[in-house]
Amino acid sequence: MKTAIYASAAVVALAAFGTTGAFAQSRDTIQIAGSSTVLPFASIVAEEFGATFPEFNTPVVGSGGTGGGFRQFCEGVGENTIDIANASRPMRDSEREACAANGVSDIREIQFGFDGIVFASSANGPDFALTPVQVFKAIAAKVPVDGELVDNPYTTWDQVDSSLPNQPIALAIPGSNHGTREVFQERVVTPGAEAAELPEGLSDEEIEAVETTFRQDVVVEIAGDYTETLARLTSDPNTVGVFGLSFYDQNRDTLKVATVDGVTPSLETVAAGEYPVSRPLFFYVKGEHIGVIPGLAEFTEYFLSEGMSGMGGTLESAGLIPQPAETTAEVLAAFQGQ
Amino acid sequence: MTSTTLDTAAERRKLVRAGLSRRHVGEKMFRFFGVVAIVLALGFVAILFADVLRKGIPAFTQSNIHLSVTFDPEALNVDPAPVREPGQSDAAFNAANLAWQRQVAMLNWNTVIEAALRNAAPQGFDIDSRQILSIVETDARHRVREVFVRDPSLLGQTVEVDLLASANADNWVKGNINRDLSDTQQQLSAPARALIDTFEENGTIRQGFAWSLLSNVDSRSAPASAGLLGALMGSLWMMLIVVVLAVPIGVGSAIYLEEFAPKSRLTDLIEVNINNLAAVPSIVFGLLGAAVFINWFRLPLSAPLAGGLVLTLMTLPTIIIATRAALKGVSPALRQAALGMGASRTQMVFHHVLPVTFPSILTATIIGVAQALGETAPLLLIGMNAFVAAVPGTPVEQATALPVQIYLWQGNENRNFFEARTSAAILVLLGFMITLNAIAIFLRSRLEKRA
Repeated sequence: MKTAIYASAAVVALAAFGTTGAFAQSRDTIQIAGSSTVLPFASIVAEEFGATFPEFNTPVVGSGGTGGGFRQFCEGVGENTIDIANASRPMRDSEREACAANGVSDIREIQFGFDGIVFASSANGPDFALTPVQVFKAIAAKVPVDGELVDNPYTTWDQVDSSLPNQPIALAIPGSNHGTREVFQERVVTPGAEAAELPEGLSDEEIEAVETTFRQDVVVEIAGDYTETLARLTSDPNTVGVFGLSFYDQNRDTLKVATVDGVTPSLETVAAGEYPVSRPLFFYVKGEHIGVIPGLAEFTEYFLSEGMSGMGGTLESAGLIPQPAETTAEVLAAFQGQ
Repeated sequence: MTSTTLDTAAERRKLVRAGLSRRHVGEKMFRFFGVVAIVLALGFVAILFADVLRKGIPAFTQSNIHLSVTFDPEALNVDPAPVREPGQSDAAFNAANLAWQRQVAMLNWNTVIEAALRNAAPQGFDIDSRQILSIVETDARHRVREVFVRDPSLLGQTVEVDLLASANADNWVKGNINRDLSDTQQQLSAPARALIDTFEENGTIRQGFAWSLLSNVDSRSAPASAGLLGALMGSLWMMLIVVVLAVPIGVGSAIYLEEFAPKSRLTDLIEVNINNLAAVPSIVFGLLGAAVFINWFRLPLSAPLAGGLVLTLMTLPTIIIATRAALKGVSPALRQAALGMGASRTQMVFHHVLPVTFPSILTATIIGVAQALGETAPLLLIGMNAFVAAVPGTPVEQATALPVQIYLWQGNENRNFFEARTSAAILVLLGFMITLNAIAIFLRSRLEKRA
């Protein structure tokens, strides 16, 4: 019995020493967090980086959404803060201020490609050919009818526009923690509201309220990732979901994509700028950590290399829409020049 | 007089008889509801297991492509591997070796694999590079390269290699994707699908046990090679920390509280608080862990050490409460006998009382550890839901845990492939838990015999 007690005491002491010993050890693995849209791409590059550079560890990629990633990124400088924040929208000024307040001032923005945002519905359902104004009319809490703002009267898509199918309106959109939501707002809802011809004489605040207030009964905000949106579609086949182009691409057997303004989303139409709902993807590197965490500069350069994010590269087959080589060269020069 | 007693007796008997059928009905009803409750509970468990097994078992087999790969010197234009020269230092040799490995990694290994695939395909099969490479998983080039790095003398020779078929090819072979869908809805092009069918007929593609599931780490660039090894090790590290910390601390504090601490308001308060702690939702422990272990103690993010500490906090109340209950259950006669023989209180507790309670303490520990093993929520808050493609060698290296890996796979974009993988991961987790429980039951029965 006594020996057992001594043994466990020794183990506890050992564990305690092991812990303190670990503090002194410096981190040699790059730590990344942020946007769930960027996550698959960053993970693929991380894996390939680990396989190609035997001297560096494979970086660790967490999620948490663009906003969550920036929050972790701006917690400060040091080993238990992340080195790279993935983002599906540029960093806001308020976030830069939060970063600066915690001593993170050398923030290097890397734009590495584009992603399309698509509307998709059940593969067995009818086809959708949407325009921003139709989406706005379907989801806004108040819509203009005969020059006056009224509570949204539409219950089926064909009431919004006779060209649309006779199907109850139900839309699953990304929650506000997602960068995708911002793009959805900017590229679909706001242009839709403008095209819907709101009554004249509204103040800016009133217009903003009309543009950002959605009907709670038909609009579902999804806080999780796209699989949650897909699950929503499976349980209610009438739902139209907002997805990333790459997610749709991998689930073409269950999803059917809608055209926006008559353009079918694809690698080509987004790259050519014809498909209206697309956005650049970013990651942000903490300059203070370059040279401290091994491989940070090499990882960034590898990410931007032709074989990864370039035309015909590994990320293109995973659904990334490559940016022109000149843009990449500029971004790389800015990163290295700083 | 007698007649009245007889009367009352008869009357009473009548009364009893009248109530008898009602009591019988009551008893039958209770038994019936009991059976219904058990059938319902077992039914739900059965449905759950049947569903997980139905979905998960196919993922334990996987399509392999058997190829003859030729290390063509023309395609692989690389310097000979560095040979250690006499007098060369370790560092210099390692540097030369790393430089050579980097050079090998930069070669276009896909041409080698494409050549091998075309060799296996029927003569003159019309298919372009991209389509033919979509059949084999993208990590094939690393596997083939590793073969070459291990033995550079293979240049110019042909070796037989088993490579994983891509996740989409595996879906096609297993029928996870509807074969009747049109080309636009398929993941693979028509020629690639036709070639897979040909390969299946001529035995190039064969089904084998999915060792990758157990021997590989998670992967996103090569989904078919995604495995659980990293998560399994992460969970093992955390369980080790939980057992090492929670058992001595938990049992120690239970002994002190039960046997030594004076009964006062303070100890009452402590007791109430421990009982409350056991009911605190696990996510709260996660928040606490993020605030204390990560932000204050500056433990590394996503490390099993931080996860293990959080789970220790969660497991402590369970162990303390169970140990105290076990100590309370020990007969006072045993204590009095020991004290009567002149044993001190410490001797009484450690020599006589505690050994009797070992089986119960063991059960409590296992319940606590099993609970900790399946816990996901607190780990999400300390960054353990990251994508980690390495096996953690120490508890301070980044890792995920089994339940978190299940959560991550559940969210993977390639639904057709990962739905099955997720269920397979659940089966592995359940297997792990059943093993733990089996060990505990075995140890308990042995200890009980001894006691």
